[in-house]
Amino acid sequence: MNTLDTTLHAGEHGHHGPAKGIGRWLFTTNHKDIGTLYLWFSLLMFFTGGCMALMIRAELFQPGLQLVEPGFFNQMTTMHGLIMVFGAVMPAFVGLANWMVPMMIGAPDMALPRMNNWSFWILPFAFAMMISTLFMDGGAPNFGWTFYAPLSTTYAPPSVTYFIFAIHMMGISSIMGAINIIATILNLRVPGMTMMKLPLFCWTWLITAFLLIAVMPVLAGVVTMMLMDIHFGTSFFNAAGGGDPVLFQHVFWFFGHPEVYIMILPAFGIISQIIPTFARKRLFGYASMVYATASIAILSFLVWAHHMFTVGIPLAGELFFMFATMLIAVPTGVKVFNWVATMFRGSMTFETPMLFALAFVVLFTIGGFSGLMLAIAPVDFQYHDTYFVVAHFHYVLVPGAVFAIMAGAYYWLPKWTGHMLDERMGKLHFWLSFIGVNITFFPMHFIGLAGMPRRIPDYALQFADFNMVASIGAFIFGLSQLVFLWNVIACVRGGEKAAARSWEGAEGLEWEVPSPAPYHTFATPPKLPESQR
Amino acid sequence: MNVQADNRRLVRRLVFSCVLMFGFGFALVPLYDVFCEVTGLNGKITNTGPVAVEGPDLSRQVRVRLLAVHNEGMPWEFGPVDGLIETHPGEMKQTAFHATNPTGRRMVAQAIPSVAPAEAAEYLHKVNCFCFEQQTLLAGESVQMPLLFVIDKKLPEHIRSLTLSYTLFDISPEVSVAESSEKEQSL
Ligand code: HEM
Ligand SMILES: [Cu+2]
Repeated sequence: MNTLDTTLHAGEHGHHGPAKGIGRWLFTTNHKDIGTLYLWFSLLMFFTGGCMALMIRAELFQPGLQLVEPGFFNQMTTMHGLIMVFGAVMPAFVGLANWMVPMMIGAPDMALPRMNNWSFWILPFAFAMMISTLFMDGGAPNFGWTFYAPLSTTYAPPSVTYFIFAIHMMGISSIMGAINIIATILNLRVPGMTMMKLPLFCWTWLITAFLLIAVMPVLAGVVTMMLMDIHFGTSFFNAAGGGDPVLFQHVFWFFGHPEVYIMILPAFGIISQIIPTFARKRLFGYASMVYATASIAILSFLVWAHHMFTVGIPLAGELFFMFATMLIAVPTGVKVFNWVATMFRGSMTFETPMLFALAFVVLFTIGGFSGLMLAIAPVDFQYHDTYFVVAHFHYVLVPGAVFAIMAGAYYWLPKWTGHMLDERMGKLHFWLSFIGVNITFFPMHFIGLAGMPRRIPDYALQFADFNMVASIGAFIFGLSQLVFLWNVIACVRGGEKAAARSWEGAEGLEWEVPSPAPYHTFATPPKLPESQR
Repeated sequence: MNVQADNRRLVRRLVFSCVLMFGFGFALVPLYDVFCEVTGLNGKITNTGPVAVEGPDLSRQVRVRLLAVHNEGMPWEFGPVDGLIETHPGEMKQTAFHATNPTGRRMVAQAIPSVAPAEAAEYLHKVNCFCFEQQTLLAGESVQMPLLFVIDKKLPEHIRSLTLSYTLFDISPEVSVAESSEKEQSL
């Protein structure tokens, strides 16, 4: 492992660049190459899942069944959720970590470069397997991304076995990614960078990685139980055999709630890098950010049953999970406060990454508030399984996680490609997305409160207007992502040359190396810049 | 300082944690049952078998409602002989459910009980119940299936009525698979 042995090989490493042809990508152990692979893969999945979402919204444009069969509709909601969660959001964060973590901590590469190659290359196979179920007899999984038993066992289409193996592979990939990130951050920091000087993106990813280690195996466990129920005659979730379908929900959400934080903590990290840059001030309350992230992670293990208020848990349980859930809003509030305080009296400019970061702060907070409403157990009986829940989690995931990923991409693109973005096109993408996302998801609050259930292909007439609005918004949002694709490609191909420090207020080791970042960076450990000492 | 050794140790620990958490997922299954048993949640009845009867507490009346539910696709006729039973805590009551298999084939069924409110589950003592075993009926056959129960005198004061419901599952496919594999083994 030459990459670990920094001093010996430093000299030779300076000049040899990437290998040629397809082999470069297949066999690469370079963190930048692997980061790039992850990011392109994630973008591909984002568009795939997006097409499915547009099919859903096209069907819901009007009441009645027009375009697709109800069975196919269910396959679309299921595959959309699975692809976005496991194919778009999670790999995008791993890709950003691959690119940025070594550069932020002054390491030459990830700690385990060969495992890094594996953890990426498992993913295309996992998703090829999962997407192939669409063409199988009986169709793709149709039981929702939460795959509740017995829908996913007794009543599942035959393709469920492929789904189970795909989940296993994705889980293994995520775990390997997490191990790599932990090892990199704990062992490869440049001398002098203590834990409390770690850039926040690294901190949030470190904590996320521990969450992944803790809950991905539980997900593997629950799909294994399904596999055994389906093929080996066990009765984990089968009441006739002495099992219990509610047990499925407990085990699933024990994974599922930490999973939603896996999808937002790295986003917090990205936003905490971007806002100080464009406010030209240090991040307000660094230490409290670290502690808030850690408390969110710990609390996330104690709130899973807020997804199950209506299954018949006893009063004491409802109260415990209700208050524990509300408690999470406290550290989350600390974070929002710190971002606002960072901007307060800063000399702000509004380049594209900053616009996305600002939209994140505002719209994620809206999602947090609707989460608080859902956390109130007695009223959740009204909201549960309605479009209100759909509105909630899309506000935290789309203008939350996805906007943060886009903000990060725009922020670091000059470092990756060596070219500045065409700001006009960036702003166009931002405003179309911002308007589209709100037109899509805001009306869902209202139709949810009025009682429209989620995951249905047809609905009562009184919901027609808001559904039409939401569908129009979805097409605006979806199509405007083509502008994003355009921007990325344009930025790769050319544009104004980017300086090493591409943004005026940017701080950190990643801005000390030239843009584009050379194939090998920090072969010899750098000196920490003044601002980080 | 040897980074490679550090990495290896760290990876070993992390992989070990993963294995542990995988096991924990499975451990949740018995933990869940233990938790339900200890707290009496989930309406699962755990008190079964013979009981010493000390004479009823005539000052209190409890209504026990009996329900029969067919799981999806279960064609049997199935229902309680008495839908409503008045009893006193400490009194042994005998009743029955009747079942008929109207189909033209042999079928095996399993009844799964549940008590509401869940709080009452631990005070319902079943001395004998058809749900303790599987029921096999030939084509067109009928049975009366006995149920013998006592309500514990410690039943909290505020519970004046409770519901005992049975869901009947068709387990013929599973049973025939098990039987045929047994046959294969004995061959
Ligand atoms: C203040 C913070 C939050 C609170 C109090 C909260 C609360 C809740 C509650 C109570 C539900 C269950 C609603 C129901 O099914 O009836 C829920 C659902 C959900 N939340 Fe949150 N949430 C918060 C933040 C987040 C974040 C940050 C994410 C992800 C980035 C997220 C993602 C989800 C998802 C995906 C679901 C729906 C799962 C499903 O049933 O498909 N939430 N939230
Ligand atoms: Cu949750």
